[in-house]
Amino acid sequence: METPLTQNIGPGKLPLNLQEYRAAGGYRAAHKALLEMESKDILQLLQDANLRGRGGAGFPTGMKWSFVPMYKDREERPKYLVINADEMEPGTFKDRLLMEGDPHQLIEGIIISAYTLQAEVAYIFIRGEYQRSADLLNQAITECKAQGLLGTNIMHSRFNLDIFVHTSAGRYICGEETALLNSLEGKRATPRAKPPFPQVSGLWGRPTVVNNVETICNVPHIVNKGAAWYKSLSLTEDAGTKIFGVSGRVRNPGAWELPMGTPVREIIENYAGGMQDGYKLRGFLPGGGSTNFLTQEHLDLHMDYTSIGKAGSRLGTGTMIILDDKTCPVGMVRNLEHFFAQESCGWCTPCRDGLPWVEHILTEFEHGRGEIEDMEVLTRHTHLLGPGNTFCAHAPGAMGPLESALRYFREDFEAHIHSKSCPWTGIRGSHK
Amino acid sequence: MVSIEIDNHIYQVPEGSNLLQACLSLGLDLPYFCWHPSLGSVGACRQCAVIQYQDRHDEVAGDQRDEQGRLVMSCMTPVSEGMRISIDAQNARNFRADIIELLMTNHPHDCPVCEEGGECHLQDMTQMSGHTYRQYRGKKRTHRNQYLGPFINHEMNRCIACYRCVRYYQDYAGGHDLQAMAAHNHVYFGRHEDGVLENEFSGNLVEVCPTGVFTDRTLSQHYSRKWDLQAAPSICVHCAQGCNTSPGERYGELRRVVNRYNSAVNGYFLCDRGRFGYGFVNREDRVTQAERVAEKSRESVRESLSRSGIRDALIEAIGPGKRLLGIGSPRASIEANFALRELVGADHFSAGLNNQQLNLQQSIIEILRTRPVRAPELREIEQADAVLILGEDVINTSPRLALSLRQTAANLGSKIADQLRIPVWQDAAVREAMQSDKTPVFIATITATRIDDIALKTYRDKPAGIAQLGFAIACAIDATAPFPEQLSEDQQNLAQQIAAVLKSAKNPLIVSGIGCQSQAVIAAAANVATALANRNSGEELQPTNLFYCLPESNSIGLGLMTSDEEGGLEHVIERLESNQADTLIIVENDLYRRLPPDRVERIFSSDATVIVLDHIKNETTLKADLLLPAATFAETEGTLVSGSGRAQRAFAVYVPTADIRGSWEWLSDMLALRNNEEKPRWQQVDEVTQSCGKAIGVLKGIADAAPDADFRLAGMKIARQPHRYSGRTAMLAAVNVSEPKQSVDPDSALGFTMEGFPGEKPSALTPYYWSPGWNSNQAVGKFQEEVSGPLRGGDPGVRLLEASTEPVKRWFETTPDVARGQGEWLLLPSYHIFGSEELSALSEAIIERSPLPTVMLTPEDAKSLGVAQGDGLTLSVASQSLSLEVIISDDCPKGALLVPAGLAKTAGLPFPYQVKATREIGWTRRLEVNILVSDKGTQR
Repeated sequence: METPLTQNIGPGKLPLNLQEYRAAGGYRAAHKALLEMESKDILQLLQDANLRGRGGAGFPTGMKWSFVPMYKDREERPKYLVINADEMEPGTFKDRLLMEGDPHQLIEGIIISAYTLQAEVAYIFIRGEYQRSADLLNQAITECKAQGLLGTNIMHSRFNLDIFVHTSAGRYICGEETALLNSLEGKRATPRAKPPFPQVSGLWGRPTVVNNVETICNVPHIVNKGAAWYKSLSLTEDAGTKIFGVSGRVRNPGAWELPMGTPVREIIENYAGGMQDGYKLRGFLPGGGSTNFLTQEHLDLHMDYTSIGKAGSRLGTGTMIILDDKTCPVGMVRNLEHFFAQESCGWCTPCRDGLPWVEHILTEFEHGRGEIEDMEVLTRHTHLLGPGNTFCAHAPGAMGPLESALRYFREDFEAHIHSKSCPWTGIRGSHK
Repeated sequence: MVSIEIDNHIYQVPEGSNLLQACLSLGLDLPYFCWHPSLGSVGACRQCAVIQYQDRHDEVAGDQRDEQGRLVMSCMTPVSEGMRISIDAQNARNFRADIIELLMTNHPHDCPVCEEGGECHLQDMTQMSGHTYRQYRGKKRTHRNQYLGPFINHEMNRCIACYRCVRYYQDYAGGHDLQAMAAHNHVYFGRHEDGVLENEFSGNLVEVCPTGVFTDRTLSQHYSRKWDLQAAPSICVHCAQGCNTSPGERYGELRRVVNRYNSAVNGYFLCDRGRFGYGFVNREDRVTQAERVAEKSRESVRESLSRSGIRDALIEAIGPGKRLLGIGSPRASIEANFALRELVGADHFSAGLNNQQLNLQQSIIEILRTRPVRAPELREIEQADAVLILGEDVINTSPRLALSLRQTAANLGSKIADQLRIPVWQDAAVREAMQSDKTPVFIATITATRIDDIALKTYRDKPAGIAQLGFAIACAIDATAPFPEQLSEDQQNLAQQIAAVLKSAKNPLIVSGIGCQSQAVIAAAANVATALANRNSGEELQPTNLFYCLPESNSIGLGLMTSDEEGGLEHVIERLESNQADTLIIVENDLYRRLPPDRVERIFSSDATVIVLDHIKNETTLKADLLLPAATFAETEGTLVSGSGRAQRAFAVYVPTADIRGSWEWLSDMLALRNNEEKPRWQQVDEVTQSCGKAIGVLKGIADAAPDADFRLAGMKIARQPHRYSGRTAMLAAVNVSEPKQSVDPDSALGFTMEGFPGEKPSALTPYYWSPGWNSNQAVGKFQEEVSGPLRGGDPGVRLLEASTEPVKRWFETTPDVARGQGEWLLLPSYHIFGSEELSALSEAIIERSPLPTVMLTPEDAKSLGVAQGDGLTLSVASQSLSLEVIISDDCPKGALLVPAGLAKTAGLPFPYQVKATREIGWTRRLEVNILVSDKGTQR
């Protein structure tokens, strides 16, 4: 089984410096791309490889890039490549693994991607807490500059590129690509309306592509080994490998690079070591806090965009959170909704005022003060805050776990109402 | 136009607009919050949702017809040919009801004590969206409110987070000290700390906020509900911009001023001086009784006069055979000035300005009448594609113009948006795409101005240097224009750059004015405009938009009726001193603001009897032998001509108390007395207006500024009071239990009553905006032809001046700078939006914001004078001497002393003027309050 993304990463292994990375075959792809390939060839290659965005939405990367206007003359409006390293999805730590484990891999991916897009400036927008990642990336950038891999006339290709690492001041919404751009410009991290898409008017109103760390890390390998190879890595039609993660009451929580489409059961049992003694799996969020619950009946699904999508959830970041039988599902959802309500940017009404209401009701449930009518209010919110009704995907994402919990764990909600207490914590209803 | 189907009806709507705008333009009711007609769409509130169906309305109906549709935000959805939507579909209605329920989760139920109540967009939209039953059981979030200065109250708990306030304040008005802070449902709109909101247009927040977060603090002092306010169409009197206003009255007191939409002029917005400067109307020192000096030797002993006493006094003063002189005023209406002119005769009528000011004003009028230039309206100004501001600190002299110039600077955004196929109404996206790119604006002024941030280049100099730059620009555009001497290389390079930009512009705009008190600056601006009009040689003459800022509400109107070049006050002094008059009549003019005191004294020390008509006690009224109480703009009709030459009618809001009458009425009586006529010369103000239009050719159009007093709709007048006006029978019950007879208004088609024609009224006679279901100012949409379009039936007002098409090139000659005398300093004015204008400066809220009388100079000049910040400097200005506190700033031309114009202490100072200056010994740094003229009078 090939693991291109993590080939240089291992437990206890320090990240490779430039020399080591080169010795391991690094920057060959960049060399090939910049000196032997034209922009349109690389774009075609990515489209052929069927690389899909690893940030959560799974949008085909080649198609995303194809919307960027291509110039004949370099003097036209500048373009930007922005790397979304603001990894804040609950339960997700795959980008951190890649940045801390092999920073040069990301830099190389950026060089090739920026060259393809004719962007001469790239930003890595990185989660504020990822200080080690930021340090390692800055160190890698310094090394590259010294070796002519960044700056002007890279590898004598006449291509120029500067990369800047920007550490975020916080807030989950910065992971939304347009909010990220506003934040990067020094504005409030409020998402922007689309259209216009960033490819037309992005950072500072200029054509911009925003990609996830893991997506960009795939690029050098595709350039090196081709589209057919990349597709062959996968077990299903969605190409490549994917870093999957598992958290919750499993024996061996962690993250592993596996073929796209690896079955859920295999990931949980073979890699995460199965459930801890005394705990049973009741459900799982397949790709982070904003994906819908799946249950035992879905354990044999292939972890890829298509299969998980068909089952009514999303692959998301591919890092699952397990709900066990000794944890209150209502409490878990309340915890998530608290997070989402807190992290709403406050721009659009349904998200700003709807999420606190949902959180409030779930808190009431947990205190044994839930009422029958609340079930209707919760259900109503799952529609009201649904896709298309809100300004961005934040609230619809927040409704994923709620909507699916109401479907799969309805009896648990009702038990809270009827017993006027939380059956797990035993907290009984009392007036506040 | 494209054809769309809304709830099974086909409509034609303009291509390129969004659905919300299209629906509102069609008169359909669709609730919204974050959208505002002048702020565009951002899609935040989600209130305007409608259902859009997949198929086109002209496609074959049947089983395939999409019946489910998809929810879209109408404000963010462009209209397209064949589009089929529904406002009324149940799923759309449900969604909108859910949204309003969410908005209301934290909104306090304090409508009964909320000042927005009764004109609250949130109330209206809640009703419209049908949210009645509250399901949310949680506690409401609360905020701490801030002190925001004398104009605005802050009550953040009412906030529904529509973001209109910050979008207006920052993006539209260029303010910096109001931000959105925090996040999720704790988002907070306020300042970083308590303090005065600094932007000059902050008052519009009151109207922009859809609920009661920002309310009018001056209204709070004497609060009344909108439905209890008697209102009339009016015109702002605090500069020559001619903004349309709707002042409201209750219990004989003016309670507030709000914007009255006029698409050509002020659109949706006023400046803070115009909105909060009305307090002078309610002052305790209003002249309410006719008074005369009881003993000729002792001016301070005065007696009130009865009706017959007035008559006798007037006959004595102006009876047949008496030789009269009249002094009019640029702050009095056309009618008041014309009536005076009729009484004294055109040869004996003075415009009430000193020679310098009169010459400046008249040369502006001469330029506007005879050159290929057009005085543009604000709407046209906002469409310019290159701007040169020559010498005028616009934000302080004609504030509303500055707000429009901000939009001019931003209008490049629509071009950039077009290229990227972003709809121009998608506000945030347009601003993102344009970044800091702006329409080129060049600003040449004496000091920094608060709109310098929109300028591509700024230039600071004394008036002479500014004029030179202007002449050089004109010469660079057209080589036949005179080239100024003594031009520095920097000036020359800048002139070349500006000329190139203006020349290549399709629609360039020149802004100047009398702020510099410089003939040369005015002439230079005219040369630039003339050169531009001729720039495409061989082609047709293209009049250039040239706007001159004038200080007073009727400067142009007065100027148009002043033909005599000897109409200056100096000439009046000569005539009085050579004993050519028995009686002098001064109408609404405080001469101490026009001339230094020693010269004004020469007027009053003559033997002539002085009659003064005015509304507030000032130094001039104190000198009157006979003082007659005149009505303010709020109590009488009158026509004012704006800086663009637009004649507009202001109507009385209420009936004045005591003996107060409009100046024209007093003068009409006086004409009859003088000519031994039985009845007053004019029974109605319309007759004055018409006589004036007949007598003075250029004013012919003024009668058409509004329908006359005989105008009726279905036999009815138009009510000044809303139909819900309360307490008519009880208001005066404490005085008399029988309901008083309604006052009649012979002067207009408006009635002082709540009964009147209920339907659509002519725009010039619409006192306030209200429509069923639309109690807030957003009701204005129901009065427009389309969103932000002209009012139905046309915007009120008549343009009197149009561009001359005379193709002759005539140039003003350049004038060399006058060398500064040894030991002399150049006294220059600085202007302040709050304080420099006479009437608003008498209003409490404005007084709080007025600057101290100070003198500003450069650090080097301060050194040579031996003064430091906070020291006193004594200026010898002609025979006058005054001491002011020193402010040191680099932002001042070398060799100049900058003094705020128009404050009580500085009002009569001549600018520019060579003065001597010495350090005041023993000056203690003081927080000197801006002492009012009337207070000074009583202190004496």
